[in-house]
Amino acid sequence: MRAVDAIMECLKAEGVDAVFGLPGGANLPTYDALYDAGIRHILVRHEQGAGHAAAGYAKATGRVGVALATSGPGATNLVTAIADAVMDSVPTVFITGQVRTELLGTDGFQEADISGITMPIVKHSMMIHDPRDIPRSIHEAFHIARTGRPGPVLVDVPQDLSRADINYEPIDSVSLPGYKPTTEGNVKQIRLAAKALANARRPVLYVGGGVINAGGSKELTELALSDRFPVTCTLMGLGAFGAPHDQWLGMPGMHGTRTANYTIDEADLVCAIGARFDDRVTGKLSEFAPRAKFIHIDVDPAEISKNVPAHIPIVGDAKRILPKLTREYRALETDPTRLDGWWQRIRGWQEKYPLAYVDSEDSEIKPQYMIEALYEATGGDAIVTSDVGQHQMWVAQYYDFAKPRRWLNSGGLGTMGVGLPFAMGAAVGCPEETVVCVAGDGSMQMNTQELATCVDERIPVKVFIMNNGYLGMVRQWQELFWDRRYSSVDIGGPSPDWVKLADAYGALGMRVSDKAELPEVMRTALAAEGPVVVDVRVTKEENTYPMIPAGQPARDMVG
Amino acid sequence: MGEPATQEILDLRDLQVPGARPGRRHILSILVENKPGVLARVAGLFARRGFNIATLAVGPTDDSTVSRVTLTVDGAVHPIDQVTKQLHKLVNVIKIRDLEPDETVARELALFKISADADSRAQIMQFTDIFRGKVIDVSKRSVTVEVTGTDDKIEAFERMIRPFGLIEMVRTGEIAVSRGRAVT
Repeated sequence: MRAVDAIMECLKAEGVDAVFGLPGGANLPTYDALYDAGIRHILVRHEQGAGHAAAGYAKATGRVGVALATSGPGATNLVTAIADAVMDSVPTVFITGQVRTELLGTDGFQEADISGITMPIVKHSMMIHDPRDIPRSIHEAFHIARTGRPGPVLVDVPQDLSRADINYEPIDSVSLPGYKPTTEGNVKQIRLAAKALANARRPVLYVGGGVINAGGSKELTELALSDRFPVTCTLMGLGAFGAPHDQWLGMPGMHGTRTANYTIDEADLVCAIGARFDDRVTGKLSEFAPRAKFIHIDVDPAEISKNVPAHIPIVGDAKRILPKLTREYRALETDPTRLDGWWQRIRGWQEKYPLAYVDSEDSEIKPQYMIEALYEATGGDAIVTSDVGQHQMWVAQYYDFAKPRRWLNSGGLGTMGVGLPFAMGAAVGCPEETVVCVAGDGSMQMNTQELATCVDERIPVKVFIMNNGYLGMVRQWQELFWDRRYSSVDIGGPSPDWVKLADAYGALGMRVSDKAELPEVMRTALAAEGPVVVDVRVTKEENTYPMIPAGQPARDMVG
Repeated sequence: MGEPATQEILDLRDLQVPGARPGRRHILSILVENKPGVLARVAGLFARRGFNIATLAVGPTDDSTVSRVTLTVDGAVHPIDQVTKQLHKLVNVIKIRDLEPDETVARELALFKISADADSRAQIMQFTDIFRGKVIDVSKRSVTVEVTGTDDKIEAFERMIRPFGLIEMVRTGEIAVSRGRAVT
């Protein structure tokens, strides 16, 4: 059969039920094979949308997301999505068309060295040189994307090779000599970690997106509840430990809660699980948790002691390690009262510094209120995506995520414009769920074109634009650190009219600027059948607080 | 699972960060899959993580599907654990050995093209003998010498002949193998 038909067989064997992409010259054969392959194809309007949608699908379902693009500009349009996926460890496979082999290296029409361009931002990439390698390469790509620390894998297929006739035989296992992720965790180290937890007087569990990737939320919760361990989850980890909860401290870091940050600051033992001590969490690294010893559990050995030296490193899969750690911990008879003093201190912070904002006394919609209203309207149980900026932080602060894979956003790369395509991918992967995108009025304009995809493909995402007329986070920094010189952040002119724009795309457009009307508008939007865009006019100059100024220690939070 | 957990008291103050090794020059012997682009991945990784490669040598091994990259890196400047862990993340990297200096035989080949006239030629050849080098080309105004050895020896030879007028020097970068019967 043709190599492209073999690719379809491989995708089906990998359980792929939907792919996102856009055809072009070099991947015409792929699209010919896709025509009657029995795999749903979501035709996006820009390849960046395909890349992020594949990531949104992966984040929401835990399965590998797939995006297709042609050579040259098609492939380069995927670059941001690939970089986003590597930073947030999203299992994705990108299959790009490439010019014919005889044209390689000649600056042929729509030629770009996409494996060279993406080399620093992929987990792995493969350029096909022999059509007989294609089936194995596709399966290897899926294997690498989903195992160990997940990430993006690129397979670049020259057009002539994709049309070649090959002898296809199903492949049921792959073996890579240089790729053997450690999963189980060292038993002695796990025992040592249990003892450290038992001897800690001021412990805290610092949980990242790795726990969600591992599918280890239940196991994490069991560890947390095996004693009264305080829990904080990073931006990527929200939902790994169900909020609200008695042991829940909120998110740590730059816009985290004071309680979470002060708890880490005064902890004697930080148990990091699937987290990577990002600078947005640590603030000034030399003053991060200065009194603490560190247990670091991560599937990627290179994360251990990268930023913070780990006293007890444990390499492996959180889902495999956490039950062993819980068992070891339970076997130690610990004094349940030893954490009383610690909790007294934590409760003091919680009482003194709750997440709070001053609500308006008139009809103005405060952005924080908007998120609270959304939480109410969705019963706290929607899949929520966001773009990047103030609105993202407010969702993270005010929408309590009770379950994993409910909160999809761009943490590491901080990519504006991901919200709508993430939501699109999530809705395709989880058709039974309500999928909501909280967008910024800046970010939303970076991938607006995907509204056409949502309408045509009947993907019923509900977009709530938190419209303050600014590139809000930049404005906030200019206000606080650049003398209020608002340089190029005002986007609040009359354009675009979101209601008309939604209407032009064939989606339902709504606008609301009165607090009293907001809940009803949200309910209407959520109950509507197809895609909806709601232009929510919020306070223009509201700041995201609390905040650790960049490079400062956590205890110097402001706001 | 092994034996049941013991209950001896563990004081958190006793916990130390393991694995911190003193900074020195490291010779990394890296087995990689012999596939296109693998060297670019290794070199690119060093560039983007800000690690500086001192020397680099690449060649085939006894197995045609596998190549060996030998590179030296200053461990005082870069935490060598981070370097090797990041290298291990490359799917095409099969094995990495951080060779201990005492248990390693390392050699480098260097070619020196030196200005020489009738007067100085004999002296240059004498140094070449002392360093167990070989003269591999002679012209009226130059001598080209081949020297193998550790980088110390090559640098010592360079110092000796530089006063004669060093026209060019070409070095391969070190290759290394572990001492004894064990496979590197």
